[in-house]
Amino acid sequence: MENNDDYVLRVSNLSVKLQNQTILDNVSFKLKRGTALAVLGPNGAGKTMLFRALLKLVPYTGKIEWAEKAKIGYVPQNIAVDDIPISVKEFLSFKNHVDVESSLVPVRLNNKNMAYKTLGFLSGGELRRVLIAWALADNPNVLLFDEPTSGVDLGSEEPIFVTLKELKEKNKITVLLITHDVHIVREYSDYLLALDKCVTFFGDSKEIMNPQIQKRIYGETVCAGTPNEKK
Amino acid sequence: MAEALLLSLLIGVSVGVSAGYLGSLMVLKKMALVGDALSHVALPGLALGILYNFPPFLGAFAFLFASAIIIWHLGRVTKLSFETIVGAMFTLALAIGILIIPGADLLEALFGDITTVTILDTVAAIVVSAIAVFLTKIIYKKLVLGMISEELAISKGIDVSRTNFVYLLLTSLIVAVGIKITGTLLVGFLVVVPAAAAKNVSADLFKYAVLSAAFGTLSACSGVLFSSYLNLPTGPLVVFSGIVVFLGTVLAKWKAK
Repeated sequence: MENNDDYVLRVSNLSVKLQNQTILDNVSFKLKRGTALAVLGPNGAGKTMLFRALLKLVPYTGKIEWAEKAKIGYVPQNIAVDDIPISVKEFLSFKNHVDVESSLVPVRLNNKNMAYKTLGFLSGGELRRVLIAWALADNPNVLLFDEPTSGVDLGSEEPIFVTLKELKEKNKITVLLITHDVHIVREYSDYLLALDKCVTFFGDSKEIMNPQIQKRIYGETVCAGTPNEKK
Repeated sequence: MAEALLLSLLIGVSVGVSAGYLGSLMVLKKMALVGDALSHVALPGLALGILYNFPPFLGAFAFLFASAIIIWHLGRVTKLSFETIVGAMFTLALAIGILIIPGADLLEALFGDITTVTILDTVAAIVVSAIAVFLTKIIYKKLVLGMISEELAISKGIDVSRTNFVYLLLTSLIVAVGIKITGTLLVGFLVVVPAAAAKNVSADLFKYAVLSAAFGTLSACSGVLFSSYLNLPTGPLVVFSGIVVFLGTVLAKWKAK
């Protein structure tokens, strides 16, 4: 029998409109604790906006209910560090009461000099892992991860997902990640939410291999609530 | 003479430290020219101070304070960049200032005259600079995080817009103080160039902030000393001293590569 406490997040009829443009339309889904949800969709589908709404950074209508004990960590897609002289240690110490050295261990960046490296000089993969360390510094039980492999070279993608998988399994962290990569959906997530402003599919991530589902995800979408905004 | 030089040096240290430290954020925000242009907004305030015989610093600060509020609000309402709004504001202020300022005092307002400083000016500069540096230190990390990622800053509970506003007000305060040394035309130099020099040779934020303040002090104090020794206007000599420091850091960066 389904228990209400099993769920860490319930979203119902979530819509976001900015400057008269519908960005998200009537999105509903719910997520169990300790699972991983991949959010998939084309550019402009509202994936990042969904995260921003979940973090209550933008105005929205509908309902977003986080479980009472949900503690959220967030890893954004882009950060601007190229032109800022700031070390890894300084960046992580922006979070209060953080032991910088030990916060780098779970993300496998625990070599001695890492804390003193300039953030802008890190490789894409290292920077992503520093951002995960940042998000984990408050001991969250939910991690929102926007495009884990954005700006990361091919060889560095796998360790990031292995880290995420470990976090999910060892620490029972619920993971929500935005991706374009079908392989990641299949290998590293339990559920799939396909978005194109509205939800085009929500269910078991293994269904991504089902041609009927693929047609729904990648076919032409018409959101029921926005008849004037057909693509 | 020695007392006047001492007072000038004390103002030089205060303005150098504070303008360098606050300027380090202005350079990171890629708003270097905003810092420069903002200073011109002070001109009508200086003019009113001279005309109606009250401390020009107060007039300058009143105009800078008011313009900071207007810039911040216009930015929020129109979504225009700070640069664009400051561009419009500073030319308007310059036009008003030039019309109302008495011709004989225009040169001092534009280029400063540190030889006329009083003990009161010095104490005011030290107190205002100390307050500005202290308050900026409190919001420094918040501002930097906002530059790195506004989303991260907001998700950490930082009100980015309000923090930017406080920073703009503090910068106005320092610009108003700095005008005494370099005048309205050149005070932007102390906000921009020491920080740019520090950025050339810094790998972390602590070193960058400290060097910005140190280079600001070095430029201001060297300018004051050369000006006294050579009997030339202070503002341009502050600029020349600062440029030497800047070129030194360019050389150091070039050699390090």
